[in-house]
Amino acid sequence: MLRASLREISAALKEGQVSPVELCQKYLALIKATKFLNAYISVTEDIALKQAEASEKRYRKGQRLGDLDGIPVAVKDNFSTMGIETTCASNMLKGYIPPYNATVVQKLLDQGAILVGKTNLDEFAMGSGSTDGVFGPVKNPWSYSQQYREKCMRNSSTSNEELSWLITGGSSGGSAAAVSSFTCFAALGSDTGGSTRNPASLCGVVGLKPTYGLISRHGLIPLVNSMDVPGILTRCVDDSATMLGVLGGHDPKDSTTVQDPFHPFQIPNITDTSQLCIGIPKEYNAPGMSSETLAVWSKAAGLFEKAGAKVVEVSLPHTCYSIVCYHVLCAAEVASNMARFDGLEYGHRSSADKSTEALYAATRREGFNDVVRGRILSGNYFLLKQNYETYFIKAQKVRRLIVEDFAKVFSSGVDVLLTPTTLSSAVPYVEFIKEDNRTRSTQDDLFTQAANMAGLPAINVPAALSERSLPIGLQFIGRAFCELQLLTVAKWFEEQVQFPVIQLQDIMDQVDAVSQEEKSASFP
Amino acid sequence: MAASAIGCSRRWFRAGNFNFGNVAEPRCWKSLVLASTFFRSASKTAGKQNRDVPWAAVVGLEIHAQISSNSKLFSGSQVQFAAPPNSLVSFFDASLPGTLPVLNRRCVEAAVTTGLALNCTINKKSLFDRKHYFYADLQAGYQITQHRLPIAVNGSLPYSLCTGKNQNELVSKTVRVKQIQLEQDSGKSLHDDTGHQTLIDLNRAGVGLMEVVMEPDMCCGKEAAAAVRELQLILQALGSSQANMAEGQLRVDANISVHHPGQPYGVRTEVKNINSARFLAKAIDYEIQRQINELESGGTILNETRAFDYKLGCTIAMRDKEGKQDYRFMPEPNLPPLILYDAKSLPTHTSHLQVVNIDQLQEQLPDLPSVKRAKLVERYGIQPQHSFTLLNEDGLIEFFETVIAATQMNPKKVIGWILKDVLGYLKQYNVMVEESPISPLLLAELLNLLESGMISSSAAKQVLEIMWNGEGKSPTLIVKEKKLELIRDQNELEHICQAVMDGHQKEVEAIKKGNKKVLNKLIGEVQRETRGRSDPVSVKQILEKQLLLQPTKKNP
Repeated sequence: MLRASLREISAALKEGQVSPVELCQKYLALIKATKFLNAYISVTEDIALKQAEASEKRYRKGQRLGDLDGIPVAVKDNFSTMGIETTCASNMLKGYIPPYNATVVQKLLDQGAILVGKTNLDEFAMGSGSTDGVFGPVKNPWSYSQQYREKCMRNSSTSNEELSWLITGGSSGGSAAAVSSFTCFAALGSDTGGSTRNPASLCGVVGLKPTYGLISRHGLIPLVNSMDVPGILTRCVDDSATMLGVLGGHDPKDSTTVQDPFHPFQIPNITDTSQLCIGIPKEYNAPGMSSETLAVWSKAAGLFEKAGAKVVEVSLPHTCYSIVCYHVLCAAEVASNMARFDGLEYGHRSSADKSTEALYAATRREGFNDVVRGRILSGNYFLLKQNYETYFIKAQKVRRLIVEDFAKVFSSGVDVLLTPTTLSSAVPYVEFIKEDNRTRSTQDDLFTQAANMAGLPAINVPAALSERSLPIGLQFIGRAFCELQLLTVAKWFEEQVQFPVIQLQDIMDQVDAVSQEEKSASFP
Repeated sequence: MAASAIGCSRRWFRAGNFNFGNVAEPRCWKSLVLASTFFRSASKTAGKQNRDVPWAAVVGLEIHAQISSNSKLFSGSQVQFAAPPNSLVSFFDASLPGTLPVLNRRCVEAAVTTGLALNCTINKKSLFDRKHYFYADLQAGYQITQHRLPIAVNGSLPYSLCTGKNQNELVSKTVRVKQIQLEQDSGKSLHDDTGHQTLIDLNRAGVGLMEVVMEPDMCCGKEAAAAVRELQLILQALGSSQANMAEGQLRVDANISVHHPGQPYGVRTEVKNINSARFLAKAIDYEIQRQINELESGGTILNETRAFDYKLGCTIAMRDKEGKQDYRFMPEPNLPPLILYDAKSLPTHTSHLQVVNIDQLQEQLPDLPSVKRAKLVERYGIQPQHSFTLLNEDGLIEFFETVIAATQMNPKKVIGWILKDVLGYLKQYNVMVEESPISPLLLAELLNLLESGMISSSAAKQVLEIMWNGEGKSPTLIVKEKKLELIRDQNELEHICQAVMDGHQKEVEAIKKGNKKVLNKLIGEVQRETRGRSDPVSVKQILEKQLLLQPTKKNP
């Protein structure tokens, strides 16, 4: 039951096979048992239980609010949650309790979803490891999977747990770890350059970044407003469609959401694969890609080909400029967005009180980590009058070229692009921190940020386990606002590859044992 | 428009030889007084000092007009003057992270209407930008404004200037309007120097502003003040801004430089936040004179920001931090381009509530001040400068027209009573038109008494004075009580005239010798004798008749 998909558990709740309170308690117990993963910054136990009780009442009266009623979900800690601390994993916002809900959070609550906690991330979502937050790094649940541990045992050099635990990827690592370790059925992430798809890939879950403008950003504490999209992390593609159905649509509070009505959909089961055209962008065969990832990628292409789909090599010629351009635009918007954190209205305030300027400087120095401050500094540099043309305007022009690259490919008849999500599978933390955040982000966002630059929908689907039994994910990029097509392809692929379930038996048993003792729940 | 049409003939000269060194010191008030006296004798002084090359000043204005709207530019918070501090602050206004701007349609319409009234081209597509600087009352660390592509451009503002000895000559001028941009207002800081703290009020933060940028087509404070006044009247007529300077709804920054005619423009300074109509001309003229003095004493002008100190009456350089800085402009990513439509481009399937139609707003434009003035001149036959005065005072047109409707007196005569007498009282006692103790209907009643020959004009003035000080008594009652009716009894009048003549033999003699002017003195004496109750025309006739009858004294 714990490993069920969102759809399955929704059906079980409806049938009365499980009650919302039981389910919530079970999940809260699992969160406790997996505390060492550091996936959550705050666990909203009391609130969750109250919500679960309310949900149970609704079920008893037959007044279910929607498909998500009674289902535990987690939310990345950069979405504003009314009455619940929202930190962005930063000293700057420690203790900050928003007085309002992000639109996406409100939509989940309106459906009766149970909020079990706020998940960990890189400070202000700036990073690709979920290692650079003030609450410490998130550990990849696969580090503790039987699949991986067995491989480690055979290799004595990595049998030391301290040395072998893996990063989740980021910046939505907490959400990915939470979904992967069965502590929630779905989680919200955010995706600016790959922050949902990257950890989804490394944690072996489905990570969807919808089209820019399809889901409201109101209440999402911004990284790069022109690229940020709330992301959806689930255990299967069907579940991401369910979540999208709840979250999508115009929001009067976000002027960048499209006015056109959004129609929730269920993914059709069978696709006529012979009508399908899959594009393989040749520029994505980049140096640094692991041979395993390359092999999984080409195997996947072969899979489509075998099924009768047309698989064509395509070119996105400006891909190589994309990451640099992304960094310039990202830093510029970061510099601007972070300007509001001055210690006056909310958040951290330094005790330095010599002058207002001294207060600003000390507050910002104490509140932000080096990564954030580095981006603020470079962003302000790019925006200086003398540099604006050379950096910002140029980057915007390159962005336009990248958008056109995609447009050309899609107008040539390609339905969906197939690419790797990351260069390789998850690396151990000790390896990861050898490089600085910037270098890491450059490598890790390589395949993902272009979709943000172009505003296109993209999804990570777990494809295979690596030699070390770690997940390798592939990315599908679709046409703008063509989520139905994108998810249909993704679901077909998901069914073909039958990605293995993570084996966390020790942890699960532990929780089961506890609940058996308590005799509080009986799962079929 | 040809730039030459905007030229200014005013020439400036050095004001004097006093030290402007430390302008922050109180003695600079004295300097200003001296300066204004030197304006008049300037050419003489300059000539003597062999500095007869005149100076020309160039003045450009940036005017922030607060949009009159129920809610703020990008949030649903109410807009209200003098509400309790921080009582009108939405989450967006407080810059809570994750909040996003949502453009207020009413503010867009106000800017479009203003642009149309100022003969601007309305941009069908305009963009929003962020302007960054750290200040305690700028909550987000940036202001959302229109830097790259503003909502309206290339307009013009015709205005008139009263010149001449009695300020009764009208000169028409035009200032080009470079652009109008929509932007957010900031909050307010209250510096508590003793407590070493700054208090912030965010009520004003995010209120919609129209920044009207005027080209440097003006040459002195008076022109700038006249242009600002005209803009103010236009905004008020449109209802796009209440444009009340005292409430900060209209704030003026002036760019000022001086140069010798024929030479390139000088380095300019910016005088910020001139928030008083009274001091607008003064602040600009002060700065012009300061620059001239500076240059003539061998100094240089810095491209700096200065503030006008009302108490000291001079401009003072602001600290660097408040002055020039790199604003690091960036496109506002949370607002899509602002698209406006006209009748042709209007999308058919969209609700009219979601689009702004320029043509529709054009059709709905009310009469602008210039049109109102022309209509007044045409309808009532009054002088053009009188139409300016009528428009300049809030409510005076209504007052005038109410009087006209209720009196038989010719409007040309009525205007004199209103502009000279009533307005005189109002100005003298600093009373608003609508609070005038003399109501238009009572004034009309008084003018009717005058017109029908019930009272004389001098009696009418007496009644008016009583009305100004009185308790709302009707003029008819006042006339009755004070017995101010004209003396209709011909015998009585003749009797009085005779008595006056008897008492003024010298004057009578003078008249008889041919000095007809002295007759007026006698008429005046009769008026005094009758406390204004005699009709001067009748008195004149009686006096003339009696003078003829009276035997001339023989000279010894």
